Amino acid sequence: MKRYSRELTVGGALVLLMISLAIFAPNFFDTQPMISRLASQMPALILALGVALVIITRQIDVSIGSQFGMCAVIAGTAAAAGVPMPLAMLCALVAGALMGAANGWLVAGLGLPSIVVTLATMVIWQEVLRLWQKGLLLSLPDGVQWFGMSQGTGQAMVIGSTLLILVLMAWAMKNLSSGRRIYATGSDAEAARLAGLAPKATTFWVFLLMGVLAGVGAALNLVQSPQIQPNSGEGLELKAIAAAVVGGIAITGGRGTLWGVLLGMMLLANVNPALTHFHQPPYWEKAIQGLVILLAVAADGIRIKKQKHLK
Amino acid sequence: MKTLLKLTGIKKSFGAVRALKGVSFELVEGEVHALLGENGAGKSTLIKVITGAHRPDGGAIEVGGEEISELTPAKAQELGIACIYQQPALFPDLSVAENIGLRLEKLGIFKRVGWGDWRQKAEELLARIGAEISPVAEVSSLSMPEQQLVEIACALGSGARIVIMDEPTASLTQKEQHLLFKVVRDLRAQGVGVVYISHRLEEIFALADRVTVLRDGESVGTNPVNGLNESQMIRLMVGRDVETIYPQAEHELGEVLLKVESLSCAASGLEGLNFQIRAGEIFGLAGLVGAGRTELARVLFGITPADGGSISLNRKLLEISSPRQAILHGIAYVPEDRRKHGVILEMAAAENMTMASHSRWFKGGILRKGIETEAGREFVEALGIKLSSLAAPGGSLSGGNQQKLSVARWLATQPKLLILDEPTQGVDVGAKGEIHRIVRDLAKQGMAVLMISSDLPEILGMSDRIGVMRGGKLVEIFEHADAEQVMAAALGSEEVKA
Repeated sequence: MKRYSRELTVGGALVLLMISLAIFAPNFFDTQPMISRLASQMPALILALGVALVIITRQIDVSIGSQFGMCAVIAGTAAAAGVPMPLAMLCALVAGALMGAANGWLVAGLGLPSIVVTLATMVIWQEVLRLWQKGLLLSLPDGVQWFGMSQGTGQAMVIGSTLLILVLMAWAMKNLSSGRRIYATGSDAEAARLAGLAPKATTFWVFLLMGVLAGVGAALNLVQSPQIQPNSGEGLELKAIAAAVVGGIAITGGRGTLWGVLLGMMLLANVNPALTHFHQPPYWEKAIQGLVILLAVAADGIRIKKQKHLK
Repeated sequence: MKTLLKLTGIKKSFGAVRALKGVSFELVEGEVHALLGENGAGKSTLIKVITGAHRPDGGAIEVGGEEISELTPAKAQELGIACIYQQPALFPDLSVAENIGLRLEKLGIFKRVGWGDWRQKAEELLARIGAEISPVAEVSSLSMPEQQLVEIACALGSGARIVIMDEPTASLTQKEQHLLFKVVRDLRAQGVGVVYISHRLEEIFALADRVTVLRDGESVGTNPVNGLNESQMIRLMVGRDVETIYPQAEHELGEVLLKVESLSCAASGLEGLNFQIRAGEIFGLAGLVGAGRTELARVLFGITPADGGSISLNRKLLEISSPRQAILHGIAYVPEDRRKHGVILEMAAAENMTMASHSRWFKGGILRKGIETEAGREFVEALGIKLSSLAAPGGSLSGGNQQKLSVARWLATQPKLLILDEPTQGVDVGAKGEIHRIVRDLAKQGMAVLMISSDLPEILGMSDRIGVMRGGKLVEIFEHADAEQVMAAALGSEEVKA
């Protein structure tokens, strides 16, 4: 299974980490803390799934952290103003869709480079948030946390809905025409155009979906605490992109699976808790994560070099 | 007269393709020596051998009477060999003086740039060839011929004794051509040897002293230009035995399927094209590189939509403004280079085959894997595609099989009109024969086929009728033709036609 080699390597590394934790720090697997940990990692996973699609189409979106923050504050403000919970969440999704559509239009419609476009929108949404909230915490009404249910049920819902989205998206990438279009666009946009696959439209919809997923992530984050910070999304874009790249989404487009993204996110997200349980200083977290990302990129580089050699 | 350059028995192969099979060539001081040959005769390879870009597999190279064992691009430059390509290789964002200075001076990292010297040197060189170009102008602001003049100035400045010009007039207007001719004649007067490559016979008659004709990687002879007429030259270029046996048409042609009337597209330089193709007919399209054949295919397929005239298929007038629409109307286009925008190397063979016809395999948007696999198997069998499995990535297949994969993709759209652009370029002889058989079979089933090819025997052997393009126009349509007639039409030689 050479095609899934990255998924197997990252999965193997994750299993090794888990086994050594089971042996040397068995209380890592205490149920309640583990579930809390998982639930807190789900919003980032949702973003990583979205950005994985963006990267597969051979684009990038660095504005997703800011989109996430905007969506969270919009939904939170709505909830605080007494809007019922489901409607407040819908606000987050619509706001995300609009921001995603803006990126999509600039990139696919006007043909601007996505790195510059999303860098600009990242700064714009960040500054909008700063001017609007002035850095203040936003307290949420009582019914918001854990969807107004018990913590256990709430956490189960967060984890469950994330996994449902993952399964649906992974299925769609394999079985829907749109999935094929995404891979084809990222592999060779001109070939896709000649085959009548409308790569521009594909790119637009992927950016729009990315925005919606930023909204979903924000909503799933919102329910986990009694208040939100306006800068809650800062740095999330890097986390999400790193998880996608480590999970085998080729930065050159056209390659990778969403299951790999799940593994990549789990591996990176568990570095910090694992350090704690091994009684190591947590300062090593970023260094280790950086090393993992570097290894993944180096593996890609070697693969591309080999391919060129074969040609 | 002193011999500047002497090549003897130069051989060069790329894999199984023998591009040069022992070419000999000689250039003396103060001559313009034309190099003539069909597309693919080995002209470009020979130039690259002379400039040191390709190392020959066999043969000897002498420059200025001295045998050179290992010619590298740097060595070639040192020996005074310069090449002016069709597309000038200048830095567009730097000034003319900077471009000339960079080319002529070896720079150390910390060496100071002598701005004044560069500018003065550039002025001198440009004046020498009579070019009115400011040394401080940015290269990107210059026209194509002006850029070529800058290239020539570079060549002169580096003390070049041997100047190679590869189709220098391809993108020039009449007036610019005359300026260039004058520069070439000046170079000759200064004792420089010029290797001049062009498809335009009238230029060769106007400019060259001698001409060497290449055919299938061999030199068929060097002659003084004034001892030859056009038809003799054409005969030298095409004269060969057609050995391959092509599958013949045994069926009756159907009704007119494609009708093209005064089709124009300014963006791709096409003007007033008229032709029609009947069901079951293979219409071969011949012409030189740049004659507009691929451009015509791209117009018919909606990649660069037409801006005048009409296209009708099955007596229905079509409006084609994108490949998607072309596909919906039943037009399929197998592009020239399958590695470029043809087969997607990372994607599975089956996915490659079905990618232009999603609506057939994704019912309601959802993949019916069974139907896709079944269709894939049928194509593998019908076209004789060799692959390890339908899930194997396209890149793992051989060249000929990738080409068949590309054909399969377009057959899956169930087209009425199939456009093939150089369908057998770069595939081995066995696969070539098979592709010919497949194309003939498709025509038999009632498809109209438009086949573009630079392979003259292929055009002659496969086509029911042959259209010849030149300079964006369809200049001739032959019911029956021999190689010389087609070549003459492609070159625009009046003499042979009569």
